[in-house]
Amino acid sequence: MDLFEYQGKQYFARYGIPVSPGGIADTVEEAVVQAAAAGYPVVVKAQVQVGGRGKAGGIKLANNADEVRLHAGNILGMDIKGHVVKRVWVEYASDIAEEYYASFTLDRAAKKHLLMLSVEGGVEIETVAETNPDAILLRHINPIDGIDLDWARQAAIDAKMPAQSVEGVASILVQLYRCFTEGDCDLAEINPLILKPTGEIHALDAKVSLDNNADFRHPEWAEYHATEELDERELMARDKGLQYIGLQGSVGIIANGAGLAMSTLDVVNQVGGAAANFLDIGGGANADLMSAALEVINSDHSVKSILINIFGGITRGEEVAKGIVEALNRVELRAPIVIRLDGTNATEGRQILESAGIPESVLQSKPTMLEAARAAVAIANAN
Amino acid sequence: MAIFVDQNTKVIVQGLTGGQGKYHGLRNRAYGTQVVGGVTPGKGGQDVEGIPVYDSVADAVAATGADASFIAVPPKAASAAILEAAAAGVRFVVCITEGIPAQDEARVYNTLIRDYPNTRLLGPNCPGIISPGKCNIGITAGEIAELPTATGPNVGIVSRSGTLTYQALYELKQRGIGVSTCVGIGGDPVPGTNFIDCLTGFQADPETHAIIMIGEIGGSAEEEAAEFIKANVTKPMSAYIAGVTAPAGKKMGHAGAIVSGGKGTAQGKMDALAAAGVRVGLNPTEASDLMGEIIAGLR
Repeated sequence: MDLFEYQGKQYFARYGIPVSPGGIADTVEEAVVQAAAAGYPVVVKAQVQVGGRGKAGGIKLANNADEVRLHAGNILGMDIKGHVVKRVWVEYASDIAEEYYASFTLDRAAKKHLLMLSVEGGVEIETVAETNPDAILLRHINPIDGIDLDWARQAAIDAKMPAQSVEGVASILVQLYRCFTEGDCDLAEINPLILKPTGEIHALDAKVSLDNNADFRHPEWAEYHATEELDERELMARDKGLQYIGLQGSVGIIANGAGLAMSTLDVVNQVGGAAANFLDIGGGANADLMSAALEVINSDHSVKSILINIFGGITRGEEVAKGIVEALNRVELRAPIVIRLDGTNATEGRQILESAGIPESVLQSKPTMLEAARAAVAIANAN
Repeated sequence: MAIFVDQNTKVIVQGLTGGQGKYHGLRNRAYGTQVVGGVTPGKGGQDVEGIPVYDSVADAVAATGADASFIAVPPKAASAAILEAAAAGVRFVVCITEGIPAQDEARVYNTLIRDYPNTRLLGPNCPGIISPGKCNIGITAGEIAELPTATGPNVGIVSRSGTLTYQALYELKQRGIGVSTCVGIGGDPVPGTNFIDCLTGFQADPETHAIIMIGEIGGSAEEEAAEFIKANVTKPMSAYIAGVTAPAGKKMGHAGAIVSGGKGTAQGKMDALAAAGVRVGLNPTEASDLMGEIIAGLR
């Protein structure tokens, strides 16, 4: 789950990382109230999860209430690369002497944590990596060792931080690393990390991506989930424990396992169709989950056929079949089903489907993934 | 021969008294795997259909001489279960648990490297391993795996995706091609065993004559495997990469399956493998057809 900037800053603050005083507003008048509380001058910042906010006019400086009204009025409701701005973050405008970059993430290839630290902040780090790769310090951390202040100080020195910034940067690195590890982040990034003319170091932006697998030990994440920008069906699927991603095509897809679901998308594409979605019912899916999956797909009006591709391991064929029969009793499906069922208890599953007496126009069974994909695409393209 | 597990492997199931552990543990035993014990703290002395249950892995190992473990416990308990097995001297640990936090996985992986270098972890979030006719640990339906023949040619399978592993086994069975060992390494960001570990095993295994590799979008494991293949693998290979049509920036179910910043695309991985001499199919069936051609050439 990706956090909005304001949530990232609130998350940073939990770990003691200094951020600017500010507040969140979803109306112009609230923005004025928040500005007064933060103290002028303020920056009014669009809260969207997409880069390039500044260039799109989504970040503006305001010296008084009238300017806050003007800018907040313009920014709220603005469309930035397809993201509509619902909230603005209003914070005290810091004076900036220098801009740095700092982030922690997991380096999957090395299986270690990775610090990226640079004296060139305020621009996209990918750009720095291309134009001046020597300006980025990359340093691995063994997760079982962690880091301390001495380690962080050496990293700041090696990244060629000016002497006056070393202590402040080191201290923030230690806090940011705690946020990354104890806070279960996939990514914790500060860009820019600024040096103020007064000498303090301070996080001016926050990019935080949380690991959903750690949800169970972070009750405080509930409020972040509440503001997640998922479409209606993605939310519906998530409530039911399904992995769903909406796509543009007309063949609804249900598969068990991420790999098989991806592969089903590929095969549908190769035989001339386009998938309406990615939907993984996961391992051990039962009748309830199968019928929930069909309901999610059924709510998508662009779906012209439904391709169910199941290869049982943990998932058992008879459970899948029961789910389909149950769903057909519960809801009127808008599109016919083509199913390919193999693996654990597939024979029992096929028997359940056959004995349910479902007409061919509603459900047909195919022996292979390719044949099932061809049949589903033929139906979708004919309608 | 086979890699990692064979007819002599003795397995305990951590979580044998739970729903998944019992179901798959008993299925593994029914397949012929030596399932010699189970572990559930507080339930030592009980049994599950004749399989004795112990309070700890150490107790189970002492009583049964087990050298492998099958972990089927919830995400909260999985990290401790893996480390408990390693501390008890278990050589091969299969963890099927889905949903372990990445921070925990990274800590467990590095703890194993530092403190228990003789323990190999397969997974987490993987389907397990099957050496057909010898040993099946995990959730694979054993009947879809074709037995290897004494003289070959037999195929080794390594895959990141669970269900695509079954798909590959099934496609080979339909073609009557024997399998030496099939390893599902799992789709999480920090797998205990990677492609290169399995390729190393297959290259050295006299019973394996060709290799199928199934990858997916995200990360760089396939690219690293391609480099390794170029330098070290002389056995013929076919491959398939899932996720050609996946949009960038969207996690496709697996925590590991995401195309980010133009990196980790299916095309990049297919190109890298092709450049290493691997025959790449555009779907699982095509990769299996290519393997059929390879095997026909070896016969």
